[in-house]
Amino acid sequence: MTKVLVWAEHDNATLKEATLHAVTAGAQLGGVTLLVAGAGVAAVAEAAKQVAGVDAVLVADDAAYGAALAENVAPLIVQLLGDFDAFVAPATSHGKNIAPRVAALLDVAQISDILTVEGPKTFTRPIYAGNAIATVESTDAKLVITARTTGFAKAAATGGSAAVSPVSGAGDAGLSSFVGAEVAASERPELTSARVVVSGGRALKDAETFASTIYPLADKLGAGVGASRAAVDAGYVPNDYQVGQTGKIVAPEVYIAVGISGAIQHLAGMKDSKTIIAINKDEDAPIFQIADLGLVADLYTAVPELVSKL
Amino acid sequence: MKILVPVKRVIDYNVRPRVKQDGTGVDLANVKMSMNPFDEIAVEEAVRLKEKGVATEVIAVSIGVAKAADTLRTALAMGADRAILVQTEETVEPLAVAKILKAIAAEEEPGLIVLGKQAIDDDSNQTGQMLAALWGRPQGTFASKVEVEGDINGGAVLVTREVDGGLETVKLSLPAVVTTDLRLNEPRFASLPNIMKAKSKPLAQKTPEDYGVDIAPRLKVLKVAEPAGRAAGVKVESVDALVAKLKELGVA
Ligand SMILES: Cc1cc2nc3c(=O)[nH]c(=O)nc-3n(C[C@H](O)[C@H](O)[C@H](O)COP(=O)(O)OP(=O)(O)OC[C@H]3O[C@@H](n4cnc5c(N)ncnc54)[C@H](O)[C@@H]3O)c2cc1C
Ligand SMILES: Nc1ncnc2c1ncn2[C@@H]1O[C@H](COP(=O)(O)O)[C@@H](O)[C@H]1O
Repeated sequence: MTKVLVWAEHDNATLKEATLHAVTAGAQLGGVTLLVAGAGVAAVAEAAKQVAGVDAVLVADDAAYGAALAENVAPLIVQLLGDFDAFVAPATSHGKNIAPRVAALLDVAQISDILTVEGPKTFTRPIYAGNAIATVESTDAKLVITARTTGFAKAAATGGSAAVSPVSGAGDAGLSSFVGAEVAASERPELTSARVVVSGGRALKDAETFASTIYPLADKLGAGVGASRAAVDAGYVPNDYQVGQTGKIVAPEVYIAVGISGAIQHLAGMKDSKTIIAINKDEDAPIFQIADLGLVADLYTAVPELVSKL
Repeated sequence: MKILVPVKRVIDYNVRPRVKQDGTGVDLANVKMSMNPFDEIAVEEAVRLKEKGVATEVIAVSIGVAKAADTLRTALAMGADRAILVQTEETVEPLAVAKILKAIAAEEEPGLIVLGKQAIDDDSNQTGQMLAALWGRPQGTFASKVEVEGDINGGAVLVTREVDGGLETVKLSLPAVVTTDLRLNEPRFASLPNIMKAKSKPLAQKTPEDYGVDIAPRLKVLKVAEPAGRAAGVKVESVDALVAKLKELGVA
């Protein structure tokens, strides 16, 4: 039986939903063991063992793993992979940072951002900002994979009862250290797991206008808030709001694009949404070529009216 | 210290890629090719570090077809001092690119290697991390700010990274690998005089064999297909119609 080690995404306190998607991807290859590497991660391990479909949980609790520094974590994973056939990480910023370092240390190619598992060593993945889908087969002895969370349903967070065992690695490689983080706290649903996402583009003018226009709509719908690169670059919202080829990949039930033109790099991050709604004053905006429902209107009249009628 | 900047020649980001009828790949015949946008940012950052006196020399490297020399000339016109073209007609996967870059790093002993975070053709997002692993050095990926303290002997680089939750800063001992995100800087346009000057800057010609690297692919591409299409829907006349639709979808 193929044995798969899956990277658990967490913040040392809670297990992140991305993990549940990666477990589903891993389970399509074989039996899943979750690796919880971090500092003070007892609560995460407790949540990890309850995830349905997880056979075992390995816990590496060490200050050196607290910030998921790739220099420290990759050697631990390589050491553990002696007993596994595959490593799967969600395609989060941690996953994308760590997995290639693991692959290179093992001298195997990495398969990035898989959408589907087609066979024991065959996968589909997007290339050219999702304008093409490649089917690739690995010829390496071990697999190193990052899985696009929107490609795989979430495993149930409860129902499992995996055995938990501690593991340890070499700890601090002495190459890097964590200095600090600026985490934007928000009461709104997380962008990548929200049922509804409202995104704003360059048309929103500035941070205040973005906030006073987009947030009331998002709040009415219980939506997460996203943005185009243009809106992020112009400083309307922080970088972690960016949706697209180089931002977050989202596939909510409803995606509402407000004042976003629909550049291919933006579409790459949201075109798998179930229903796409666009509000744009330019009837020829490319976003209308993929929107299920389009409203050609000035957003400054349409959005307040929408908010008042919801 | 020297800075090495790997640059890839890719389809221009404004071009909409077309999948070939036979399903073997994307049609690149007669398509505009440019430097990978993230690599322009990498060149810009390296040149700024030289202008600040942190770096002494900026070396651009490209692995690819003969035409990748054009991409290197662009890097030279932006301010790189010399270039290395590792020429091959084959597709070179990130792991093999990383091996070639590691061999070049062993020869040149740079203090920093600045790459793009992702090539917009294969969208792999691997090469920098793989290079850091093979070189045994730390990595600062998805950088939106880079500050060098000290030099290659005992110095460090502070890298602010764009991550899922916002921003984080890591401190890496030099030498180190950095990969660029879009907000690190705004790359300059090469001026005409600089484009002329670039023509006489040194460009060394190499092959993967010169570095003893086996570039045989590890992944077999079985098929390349168009993604499932998404047809345009309908345009509605009023906000009321939108409200009705949101209600029908059960989100309002
Ligand atoms: C390597 C690379 C990676 C990239 N990655 C990403 C990415 O991940 N995500 C991303 O989003 N972009 C990305 N981009 C940028 C992308 O190419 C576009 O520049 C960007 O998406 C444009 O943002 P926008 O639609 O907000 O702005 P614009 O293209 O300027 O569009 C603004 C739209 O607002 C409409 N508008 C203006 N005023 C009003 C009004 N009053 N009412 C209604 N509508 C109005 C206009 O008609 C227009 O369609 C990337 C680019 C590169 C080169
Ligand atoms: N053939 C190549 N030649 C030079 N640099 C490359 C090449 N392939 C990848 N790179 C570098 O690695 C980065 C990431 O590429 P990738 O891992 O393919 O997404 C790019 O932005 C370049 O800086």
